[in-house]
Amino acid sequence: MKCRVCREKAVIQVRRHNANFCRPHFIDHVRRQVERTIADYRMIRPGDRLLLGVSGGKDSLALWDILTELGYRVDGVYLHLGIGDYSSDSLRLSQAFAAERDLHLRVVDLPEEYGFSVPEAARASRRNACSACGLSKRYILNRVAVDGGYDTLVMGHNLDDEAATLFSNVLQWNLEYLARQHPVLPASDGLAKKIKPLIRVAERETAAYAVLSGIEYEVEECPMVAGNTINRYKEWLNRLEEESPGIKAQFLKGFLDRGSKAFRDGTAPELVPCETCGSPTTGKVCAFCRLRDVTAVDLRRRESA
Amino acid sequence: MKVILRQPRREIELEGVRRVSDLLRRLDVVAESVLVIRGDELLTVDEPLAEDDVVELRPVISGGGS
Repeated sequence: MKCRVCREKAVIQVRRHNANFCRPHFIDHVRRQVERTIADYRMIRPGDRLLLGVSGGKDSLALWDILTELGYRVDGVYLHLGIGDYSSDSLRLSQAFAAERDLHLRVVDLPEEYGFSVPEAARASRRNACSACGLSKRYILNRVAVDGGYDTLVMGHNLDDEAATLFSNVLQWNLEYLARQHPVLPASDGLAKKIKPLIRVAERETAAYAVLSGIEYEVEECPMVAGNTINRYKEWLNRLEEESPGIKAQFLKGFLDRGSKAFRDGTAPELVPCETCGSPTTGKVCAFCRLRDVTAVDLRRRESA
Repeated sequence: MKVILRQPRREIELEGVRRVSDLLRRLDVVAESVLVIRGDELLTVDEPLAEDDVVELRPVISGGGS
């Protein structure tokens, strides 16, 4: 296989673009995809203070590299979830990445600052771990962005993440989630603006970008993720993609271009400040404070037992 | 040839694998879900493989989500 641009030996095939690329031209291709996404969705205004959610995985580290290369100054925030060696390893990789490039990484320690870990919260609330984790991440990253005076929270969700989430929301006809699924969510009272510049880059491409750019990232999967539904959907969508290259991108793009506005009208619930922490919520006490309370009760009960 | 699998990391030996596409077929892996890495290079599906190659099959799916 030869590179579409220079006819040198290709290192990766991107079937949905009917193209193969050598290393430098692939890296350039991915950066251009992100640049275009940012422009098309008007994600970033000049002078915006940007905060990136960093996990130590391929997506967030690749995105940090891409944005920096495109000339943006981006700070990172790493949330330590208290998941044993996995959390320590991904923290180490995130810190090494930031140090090498002289980037600023904020670290929030969930057990230390909020009194519980993700495994403890999952056990206490009988949620699955990914749900307790997702809830904690959304809450805390938003908090850090708002309190730190950032204009925009940048997330590393890629094409596969968004396509699998859309698939899941459609299977369940979750109208509220469908109404909210968009690569740009504007700021509102207590909520930072949120953007997802990687939505045109497939998961395989962010991984390839990381490998080809010499980025060391957490390759092992989170030990709590086994059997996760979204990951199963991703595997199925990849089987479809194998048969019909481009189907994932089509599914997501079609929704964003034509489908999503049908869900956006009138389904947005009214947000009020949480009685405990003041963050915006649809109820009296927000889901994170409820998770925190139920976990605290459970931990006390276990301690006294 | 030696194949390194991840999540969790382990190694297997395979014989008579001539190309990356054969390797993926043998292990029933979809090309879209993995990177095939030899040393510091990424391999495309048409790449020939040798008996003394050490190849890593690195899954790209991650994240979870609720």
